Amino acid sequence: MTWDQMQELLWPATAETFQMVGVATVATILLGLPLGLLLVLTDKGGALQNLPVNRVIGAVVNIGRSLPFIILMVALQTFTKSLVGTTIGWQAAAVPLTIGAIPFFARLVETSVREVDGGLLEAVHAMGGGTWTAIRKVLLPESLPALVSSATTTVIALIGFSAMAGTVGGGGLGTLAVNYGYQRFETTFMWVIVAELVVIVMIIQLISDFIVRRLADRGSFGGTTRLLRSRRTEITEEEEELALPH
Amino acid sequence: MITTKDLTKVYRSRGREVTALDGVDLHVREGEVYGVVGTSGAGKSTLIRCVNMLERPTSGSIVVDGLDLTTLPGQEHRAGRDLRTARRRIGMVFQHFNLLSSRTVQQNIELPLEIVGLDRTQRRRKAAELLDLVGLADKARSYPGQLSGGQKQRVGIARALAGDPKVLLSDEATSALDPETTRSILALLRDLNRQLGLTVLLITHEMDVIKSVCDSAALMRGGKVVESGELTELLATENSELARELFPLGEFGHGRPGNTVLEITFQGDTSAQPFVSQLARTYQIDINILGAAVEHISGRMVGRMRVELPGVHQENVVPIGFLREQGLQVDVLNEANGALA
Repeated sequence: MTWDQMQELLWPATAETFQMVGVATVATILLGLPLGLLLVLTDKGGALQNLPVNRVIGAVVNIGRSLPFIILMVALQTFTKSLVGTTIGWQAAAVPLTIGAIPFFARLVETSVREVDGGLLEAVHAMGGGTWTAIRKVLLPESLPALVSSATTTVIALIGFSAMAGTVGGGGLGTLAVNYGYQRFETTFMWVIVAELVVIVMIIQLISDFIVRRLADRGSFGGTTRLLRSRRTEITEEEEELALPH
Repeated sequence: MITTKDLTKVYRSRGREVTALDGVDLHVREGEVYGVVGTSGAGKSTLIRCVNMLERPTSGSIVVDGLDLTTLPGQEHRAGRDLRTARRRIGMVFQHFNLLSSRTVQQNIELPLEIVGLDRTQRRRKAAELLDLVGLADKARSYPGQLSGGQKQRVGIARALAGDPKVLLSDEATSALDPETTRSILALLRDLNRQLGLTVLLITHEMDVIKSVCDSAALMRGGKVVESGELTELLATENSELARELFPLGEFGHGRPGNTVLEITFQGDTSAQPFVSQLARTYQIDINILGAAVEHISGRMVGRMRVELPGVHQENVVPIGFLREQGLQVDVLNEANGALA
């Protein structure tokens, strides 16, 4: 294969991969973010504490995460067909991609949101803010850098899954790699596709790192103050003992 | 302004019960700075968190500015509308500042105003006023991560004042700060109390905080208020534990056996009288001064002196009466062993 021939095939397939991953990412964030928040809020001590609901969501998320993607894709065929009218092509592949990524992203959101200092929530409640205010003004903005990292991890995982979807007619770079690289023994072409995927992933990671750094820079000494804070607390407790001996 | 009646808080976890507050009656008058002091675990933190219902007491009532908060539904993060509205009139300052790192100083101060629903221009104006008030006008665009501890607490105070509260709760606001910064923050609280007529309820484990800013104080131990009242009254109360903590004279000598040791406390006008020489001249007795100290407590001059009179207590009843007549507070220590009679 010449470079020109490769290019002719590469660009449409790349576009398909981007569309597939793009749609799946947007859908995953829209559905996974509230799910992740619910995992935190319904947990013990959360604003919407409801342990049965929490257990159910947790179980669903765990099941979703433990299903191998390739099985999920086949198992969801009927659902996919009813949703987009077909089981092949990038539109069809986006459905199992989304379903597979939601629980993954929800857990990452949960971890990010849990990192937010409980004192901040207390402050908002003391000001007279309710649960919605706490989510909108504290939980989401304060965990934004971690949420961006989580979304990036999810996008990169989705690119990997999308290549797998290609093996069963999902379109995109995965299909190309299987059809040409594997079935027609175009080893060079396969490596070109692999190299392209590597470059895409690296670029996404770079952009994400840049954004996260910019967001985290807002509290430029945030890291050190956190360390100092915990040390200071210890000192305070010692002082407390000294100040009032009884 | 703040009155709690028989406030009790019991925590239950895994069948164990811990009583954090055990029938606390507290009365904070309008416009005063009231300090609650105690060791960790004494229940003072639970107490202050009950005042704005961040914790709902197990029983008892809390009236803030005429409104009984215990009748409003909800607690902590599940507050009902009425409780949330009531909280907007109660400012709170925290030990670890609790500022949002994703917001600038100005945006942090605007947060409570956003909750109230003020528009952008009004929020800006109010935030600028408050920044001016706490002396941080030049830091409006900084992020909390770029500020020192004292500056952060100033932002915390400005934020607490955004809703024009009548009451400010201070939860160990200076405990994470160095002594010098502590002094400046306390001075700021005192100024705000005077300028705005703000009622301040603070909790602390440092006696110095009580000494430098409070009008009244309560000592808590094991979930109970052991002692409470105005500082000047407490200092004039015999055997007051708080007074002793505020004004320790422990280092002084204890006198010789067979003699009477007195602790004389004088404040305000009485501190101007030459009572020692009057006593010596009137009764022809030799007075041995074991120790003395003068301090400023909540803006008043207070002195305490430990003296030794010859002879046992019974022989000195008349001179002691004379001192009491002069308006001095006299504690008789157990003859020559330093313990209270």
